[in-house]
Amino acid sequence: MSQVSTEPDLLYTEEEEALRAAVRDLLTDRCAAADVITRTESATPHDPELWKALTEGMGLAGLLVPEDRGGQGASHREAAVVLEELGRAVAPVPYLTSAVVATEALLGCEGPVADELLAALASGRTVGTLAVALNTGPGAAHRVLRLENGTLHGELTGIADAAAADVLLVPAEDGGLYAVDAAAVTVVPQVSLDQTRPLARITFDAAPGRLLTADASGAVRRALRAGAGLLASEQLGIADQALTETVRYLKERKQFNRPVGGFQALKHRLAQVWLEVVGARAAARNAADALATASADTDVAVAVAQAYAAPVAVHAAEEAVQLHGGLGMTWEHPAHLHLKRAKADSIAYGTAGAHREALAGLVDLQAP
Amino acid sequence: MTDAAELRRRTQELLAAHPPGETDRLDFLRARFDAGLAWVHYPEGLGGLGAPRSLQAVVDAELAAAGAPDNDPRRIGIGLGMAAPTILGFGTEEQKRRFLRPLWTGEEVWCQLFSEPGAGSDLAALGTRAVREGGEDGDWVVNGQKVWTSSAHLARFAILIARTDPDVPKHRGITYFVCDMSDPGVDVRPLRQITGEAEFNEVFLTDVRIPDAHRLGAVGDGWRVAQTTLMNERVSIGGMRIPREGGMIGPVAKTWRERPELRTHDTHQRLLRLWVEAEVARLSGERLRQQLVAGQPGHDGAGMKLGFARLNQEISGLEVELLGEEGLLYEDWTMRRPELVDFTGRDAGYRYLRSKGNSIEGGTSEVLLNIVAERVLGLPSEPRTDKDVAWKDLAR
Repeated sequence: MSQVSTEPDLLYTEEEEALRAAVRDLLTDRCAAADVITRTESATPHDPELWKALTEGMGLAGLLVPEDRGGQGASHREAAVVLEELGRAVAPVPYLTSAVVATEALLGCEGPVADELLAALASGRTVGTLAVALNTGPGAAHRVLRLENGTLHGELTGIADAAAADVLLVPAEDGGLYAVDAAAVTVVPQVSLDQTRPLARITFDAAPGRLLTADASGAVRRALRAGAGLLASEQLGIADQALTETVRYLKERKQFNRPVGGFQALKHRLAQVWLEVVGARAAARNAADALATASADTDVAVAVAQAYAAPVAVHAAEEAVQLHGGLGMTWEHPAHLHLKRAKADSIAYGTAGAHREALAGLVDLQAP
Repeated sequence: MTDAAELRRRTQELLAAHPPGETDRLDFLRARFDAGLAWVHYPEGLGGLGAPRSLQAVVDAELAAAGAPDNDPRRIGIGLGMAAPTILGFGTEEQKRRFLRPLWTGEEVWCQLFSEPGAGSDLAALGTRAVREGGEDGDWVVNGQKVWTSSAHLARFAILIARTDPDVPKHRGITYFVCDMSDPGVDVRPLRQITGEAEFNEVFLTDVRIPDAHRLGAVGDGWRVAQTTLMNERVSIGGMRIPREGGMIGPVAKTWRERPELRTHDTHQRLLRLWVEAEVARLSGERLRQQLVAGQPGHDGAGMKLGFARLNQEISGLEVELLGEEGLLYEDWTMRRPELVDFTGRDAGYRYLRSKGNSIEGGTSEVLLNIVAERVLGLPSEPRTDKDVAWKDLAR
């Protein structure tokens, strides 16, 4: 069938399915829910061994980076599949922040400093994070640091995965973006709603920075847009897993002498979640494909995906907690991992409402 | 194997032999059917070439470019979408040859005699009786009442399911027929709807005679045959490809842009939410279409239909409210019998009322949610009290 060339490819290729299977196998072996829960209260909320397996073992940190710049030369479509699986497992690794957002920011810069860092992040041996609060959406205002005598001063909060980062990409008051070594600043973890993607407060006290670009706005916007667009795939993974687990449980759980999954009141709720997951998959694939092909429709595709998928993940996770009954309220059961990640994700890189506001301008449905 | 190039060649041959500008519309359609270019995935001799279904688009594009007439598919949707696949799947060779060509060209319009006043969601409980006169091969005599029948007043034939054995459980005593709507025992009465119009009918069947040669499938196997029809109904309701803002969100978005004086903060929030949902529904439909084209197993159309029903209702409801004083008016309550169900070009009030039917026709949303829960998610069905009870002993 002759397809209109502008129509996005919303399916998964065979290679993408193979990638999914490989990531899922690894996570099944190395990222059990019980261990994730235990780790949240340990000194190392991130899992460095899992990160090593994903990056040095499988090369996944470099998917967005061209081969001649030290990466795998894949695209956002493949990174999206990885994020679906990481979301499913609520894996405590800085993939979205380092391999997507920080990497995109560096791809928006030029010069030897950016190139060197880009290759380092692509290898996974260096973890980077964009020093912009996690709730910031593409195009939204964010804090910048003071520059005095060529060094950076001030404090930032809400910086995701900063505790795992080796390098911070920091916007400053002169409009530039600077690379700052984590060793040169003070990182204090904040008690976070989602302990698997923890936030931190960072204090800069005359921290030396290397200039990545004199105009950070394009790089930051690009980074946040990719983050928001691919976050939809993580949200899809969360929602799909929450639904799958709940369906499985309701087939087994018996009350009133029958499986509770046979009660229509519950079946209809699960069918509704399934419908939403179908929609989230289409929206997430559309955003990933738009980012991968640098489509002119990317801003709309990302805003639609985030406006739709964020509440779907929250709804699926909330239904999982409710339909597991008392079990869903326990610390031991992983339903709360999905709920906390989904709720935090619904704020990350702009709320659904913020993305709808962006759409008002993008598709000419102006406010009164 | 017939490929795209071969189909283009055959289409150009058809166009050369029957130039659209100089050929009578019906002659052209018949010639197209005979050339196997009507529905290329159908068998040779029955309007097709046994080609992949996805290649139909190649033929359609060539014909559209040449300005060839089409068979006005919206007017004959029930025939194309429901009767034809069932006849193809279960008809005898003779039935296929007799019915499919005039069905496809639109010379003979079809309607569907399934639902009854006492058998809606529980269609298998239907009570219209068909009794055989004489021995084997004898005519069937049909008595009963059907309802919600679109196009019954235009139709030459109907697909009909009727009870042929009341003494077995309900799913097993049903037989599937082709009913001649010109039989004197067929009485079609318009059924007026909340819109003021009557696109549907009630159909009363009194001693209607159906020859055994018009039976589709085996006696007592009608429920299985009907599954083919119903599966195709949902696909045809929910599986269409639409451009961005191509659905009911289009008119309200247009009103929003053209009439800033109507805008409020509340309607703005709701409009943006629905715009996002409409766009995602469109993408879901496009994804399902791509799965079908790629030969991947997609879910059936139940999910799409559920989504569109709710969206149509919410969007048209918002539009009525947005229009304020104008929303208090209605275009025309005059009783009419439209040939087509067409939402475009109608006022928001009409669309608001008509779309209420979207969550009822073709399976209620409540039943479709059960179907998703049971067939897609594999959840257990409700305990059944009717499975092993003879139809005549069911509560009614």
